[in-house]
Amino acid sequence: MLPDITDKKLIELEEKAATIRDLIIEMLLTAKSGHTAGPIGMADIFSALYFYILNHKPEDPLWDGRDRLVLSNGHICPVRYAAMALSDYFPIDELKTLRKINSRLQGHPHRIAIDGLETTSGPLGEGISQSIGIALALKMDNKNNRVYCITSDGEHEEGCTWEAIMMGAKYRLDNLTVIIDRNNIQIDGFTEDVMPLDDLKKKYESFNWHVLEVNGHSIKEFIEAVAEAQTIHEKPQCIIAHTIPGFGVDFMENEALWHGKPPNSEEAKKAIKEINTMKNKIRSEY
Amino acid sequence: MLNKELYLNEDMFENPQMSATRDGYSSGLLNLAKIHNDVVVLTADLTESTRVEEFSKLYKDRFFECGVAEQNMAGVAAGLAVTGKTPYISSYATFSPGRNWEVIRTTIIYNRANVKIAGHHSGLMTAEDGATHQATEDIAILRCIPDITIIVPTDAIEARKATEKSYDIKGPVYLRFTRANTSIMTTDKTPFSVGKNQTFWIGNNPKVSIFATGFILYNALTAAKELQKEGIEVNVVNVSTIKESDTENIIKEASTTRAVVTAEDHQITGGLGGMISEVLSQNMPTPIEFVGMQNTFGESGSPDELLLKYHMDKDSIKEKVRKVIARKK
Repeated sequence: MLPDITDKKLIELEEKAATIRDLIIEMLLTAKSGHTAGPIGMADIFSALYFYILNHKPEDPLWDGRDRLVLSNGHICPVRYAAMALSDYFPIDELKTLRKINSRLQGHPHRIAIDGLETTSGPLGEGISQSIGIALALKMDNKNNRVYCITSDGEHEEGCTWEAIMMGAKYRLDNLTVIIDRNNIQIDGFTEDVMPLDDLKKKYESFNWHVLEVNGHSIKEFIEAVAEAQTIHEKPQCIIAHTIPGFGVDFMENEALWHGKPPNSEEAKKAIKEINTMKNKIRSEY
Repeated sequence: MLNKELYLNEDMFENPQMSATRDGYSSGLLNLAKIHNDVVVLTADLTESTRVEEFSKLYKDRFFECGVAEQNMAGVAAGLAVTGKTPYISSYATFSPGRNWEVIRTTIIYNRANVKIAGHHSGLMTAEDGATHQATEDIAILRCIPDITIIVPTDAIEARKATEKSYDIKGPVYLRFTRANTSIMTTDKTPFSVGKNQTFWIGNNPKVSIFATGFILYNALTAAKELQKEGIEVNVVNVSTIKESDTENIIKEASTTRAVVTAEDHQITGGLGGMISEVLSQNMPTPIEFVGMQNTFGESGSPDELLLKYHMDKDSIKEKVRKVIARKK
């Protein structure tokens, strides 16, 4: 069970989220390719997961008692790499090698490259299936570890996502929580124009999942939703996290353009300033 | 003559016994399940026809019915494998690895997940169901991916052994099975090891090496026996491991006979024919003739009718042997 979060801890997690955003901008600037808006939009959730929710040991990444965090939409991996580096899975300096030759930080995550990634992903719609396999195996072995699977909204256009959703309910995998990054954006534009997905909540409920909806930029709301999800028996849970792609950087927010493009150095400078001053709401940078 | 050292079924020509390789898979799985608790089986609504029904009854907690959803089945198996289980996924080869090829590539093979893929109803021998269900491309689409072992058992006994041996390989394995009953050529005593070709028929000063994979090896052996009466001596090699190929054996055969025929119930492109061509063109350029699907789809019909129409019967093999001998001169 997750303890109630203190105000002090909350501020700490918000600061971690800002640092994660900074690191993402710096990584993408060096990499000169990759996805920007998605990773930045998920910084708050990754801060909450890595620094509050997950049972894990960065110094022993394959520790048997760890919770499994599966990243289905592998293209937002810069946010995961940043959170892992901040947790001491590997040196922060290594983030500069993202997408470079001979790097462990592949453009889309490769399980074999770094312990703790849990799966290899990128091709969309495959994370929930793998999470189900992991959740089934943990149950077979009577283990209490939890499985968290982060998915994009766009990948719910993949038919195999729904194959997996059916199976999760069939096997009553209450150790599995799917988190949807509901940012309404995908490569070709807004999800509701490309292929209408709503009402995702009703869809999941009709597939017999327990569904929660949160503001994906409220770390407190997200942590409370995870705490509730952990109390659900006999059903897998889905947390629809409403996020703003590029959140924290005005000129990136809600712009499909920023789905698959890195910033140049001018843009990066501007972005980091915005992040560090919480969009100029505070005077001194973190 | 039949290779004495391999303890083959000496009765195979006079008194042929028939069984399906998918039944060998079933026995192999049951033997594995008794010893290894981590063996789990998944199917996509094909419990009976992929012969995992008995497993599903004996090991209820280790059997997962995925419904008609082969992509999800592959991903679930990857998840089970990275959490310590050894999954066998059972479906028809047109759907798995056909339909779910990219899930297999990404989440199983590139991900180095210890999953065994059992592709059933392979080749023309799926017969009356027609071309939609006759997988004649499955070897090709997997052979081009690194880091997977591909095994095509020649008969039901070898299918049992191959299934058992697949467990010892800590990584992805493709096992290819046939629906129809086919001739038993091996015995329990016949040695089997993954990655090793075996010369089933040894000619006296052989002029041609026939490499065959799967049940069609029987047609090659029958052809060898008849050709001998016509004064044409050949070797017949069982290629049950397509990947990684037994390069050493292939080169050795070709350097002895200087003429090769390949036989498979699969497209020649990317199949056994493709594999042998790649090995020999690099190491020992040799005239080769191919028996197999010649860039065409199959159709409905009985197994024997189809083998005749698509030139995979013993007479077609004999014809190719004569043709390749003529090319040597």
